[in-house]
Amino acid sequence: MRLTTTLRAAAAVAVLVAATACGSSDSGGSSSSTGLNPPDLKAQSKLGKTEGQVNLIAWAGYVEDGSNDPKVDWVSDFEKQTGCQVNSKVAASSDEMVKLMKTGQYDAVSASGDASLRLIASGDAAPVNTSLVPNYKDVFSGLKGGAWNSVDGQMYGIPHGRGANLLMYNTQKVTPAPTSWSAVFDDASQYKGHVTAYDSPIYIADAALYLKATKPELKIKDPYALDQEQFDAAVALLKNQSANVGEYWSDYLKEISAFKSGDSVVGTTWQVIANLAADEGAKVKAFVPKEGSTGWSDTWMISAKAKHPNCAYKWMDWIISPKVNAQVAEYFGEAPANAKACDQTSDKSFCDTFHAADEAYWKNIAFWNTPIEQCLDGRTDVKCVPYAKWVQAWTEIKG
Amino acid sequence: MTTTAQAAGRSPVRRLAGTLHRHPRLRLSLLLTAPLLWLAVLYLGSLAVLFVSAFWTTNSFTSEVVKVWSTDNFHALFTTPVFRQVILRSIGVALAVTVLCAVIAFPVAFYTARIAKPKWRPLLVVAILTPLWASYLVKVYAWRLILSQGGLADWMLKPFGMSGPGFGLLAAVIALTYLWLPYMILPIHTALEQLPASLLDASADLGGRPARTFRSVVLPMVLPSVAAGSVFTFSLSLGDYITVQIVGGKTQLIGNLVYSNIELNLPMAAALGTVPVVVIVLYLLAMRRTGALSSL
Repeated sequence: MRLTTTLRAAAAVAVLVAATACGSSDSGGSSSSTGLNPPDLKAQSKLGKTEGQVNLIAWAGYVEDGSNDPKVDWVSDFEKQTGCQVNSKVAASSDEMVKLMKTGQYDAVSASGDASLRLIASGDAAPVNTSLVPNYKDVFSGLKGGAWNSVDGQMYGIPHGRGANLLMYNTQKVTPAPTSWSAVFDDASQYKGHVTAYDSPIYIADAALYLKATKPELKIKDPYALDQEQFDAAVALLKNQSANVGEYWSDYLKEISAFKSGDSVVGTTWQVIANLAADEGAKVKAFVPKEGSTGWSDTWMISAKAKHPNCAYKWMDWIISPKVNAQVAEYFGEAPANAKACDQTSDKSFCDTFHAADEAYWKNIAFWNTPIEQCLDGRTDVKCVPYAKWVQAWTEIKG
Repeated sequence: MTTTAQAAGRSPVRRLAGTLHRHPRLRLSLLLTAPLLWLAVLYLGSLAVLFVSAFWTTNSFTSEVVKVWSTDNFHALFTTPVFRQVILRSIGVALAVTVLCAVIAFPVAFYTARIAKPKWRPLLVVAILTPLWASYLVKVYAWRLILSQGGLADWMLKPFGMSGPGFGLLAAVIALTYLWLPYMILPIHTALEQLPASLLDASADLGGRPARTFRSVVLPMVLPSVAAGSVFTFSLSLGDYITVQIVGGKTQLIGNLVYSNIELNLPMAAALGTVPVVVIVLYLLAMRRTGALSSL
């Protein structure tokens, strides 16, 4: 947005270099092509004395001190070992996280990809010196240097875990078993009133991902980098879908109950929801359709205005230490970020269920990213539709 | 003891009491300052801030509020089809809930106020109020179970070859009607209780059939109370966004739009937030003509 001509030229050159250097620029390494120009902030060079407390913003289930369930507690040991008292605030959405980070009262946040670029661009998140986080070396390589958590190879956070948005269906009511996202788009009318979708503007990317495979003439490369024409096509697809949607879900308990009762029979889900619904007796299956899928990857980011940066660094190292990363991944239902966490899970098949180490599986997953005007796929001849427009469009899609 | 000594010996408290006694206006202003400050600063002040912030804009990428004066948000409010649609839908839901509440509440109130034995009446009023003791969320989630596929509604309608309404606009209207019904029954109950029996007798003596008595005697006297109850049902329905999220399927009301805009586009949320304020002010002005506000 505040891009000068020189930087624009530099970005264009970088794109060319990136495009010729590596054939695939889907993930990692090519962040300079975004034209993202974050404020010049320095990462901390060494750790000092811990400050006695740390203020965190997190998704529900990420910072558990035993008060929700006495058996689920990885905060107390951290407090004992480091002397950092943890104060956590649960945020309900990425947008809320961004807003809370702007207050400057928090030291770190577990940001998803649809929030992280916003935090980096606005200078609310500081670069992270990964050498101060010993456990970082064991993080899966697929999570390092992603387009959603780094700029020009500089990490802006520590990966926490990841998950894919799957297609879930009721095995009794949806036959034959679907193989494609067309079950919720072009063929959705068969299940009119019983289709469900994730209630967030970022879901527009799911439609774009489907169009990428089915409408090659639109030339969609990255579902988070849509020019006006591609965006309009995705929105039109979702408006058609809306006629068949029974309800949109944002609360996972609501989705479980809808699949149990049969109010929803087909739609997007997360692995953990599919597992819980199956445990509660719903006849459901969830899988990655042939077009691939969108997904999310959460990153612990440190505030540029952190008052307790040393405790925040200690926390980032703690949360991805093998034992704790395994605990939080199992509790939340996601693939852990630390490769060694797979040996520490209580359910030995956990990492297989969640495809933690299966990099081929994650190749098909387009992780949530923040759509901005500079196309994330490197195109410079068009302007892409920024996230604020996605939000407006989402309101219109729901009608 | 001389008079001067007496004056000097008067405590400050007594002197203050004397001053207040001699100046009734001062007394009044001191008494009213705190509540008026509360009303003006906290209530009207926040409404003013809401209104002013509706004229600001946001940075589209960082979603920070930019304090630049513009009427874009109000322009969008009136020109964007989806906003117009949602506003009309919200007003429609509020009116439907109000009418349903009035239609259901009248016979109930008539029974509790005039037909039931006097010793049972207080108990019946308590029974009407008991739903208000339970949590709002518990009640709405109960409706979610009732209206879900194969739920109570489906099961009860099955013998008639019908199925329940499922989640959607109708479900939201039903749940909201259930939630706000007590607020409609109570004022009607009070009005009917105060209706002198002699008026009904007189109407009967003059040859008025029950329908005529209801139309010409009962209704005109109870109407202000119905209007008073409708102020509650209308304004509560217009502001609700949780019920519709739980049982409304994909339905959006004004509250949902405010909620979805509040994090990213605060000025737009503020512009949307002024809509129910304006609608309710207009509604109150209309109701004032019926004399409803004096029977609140």
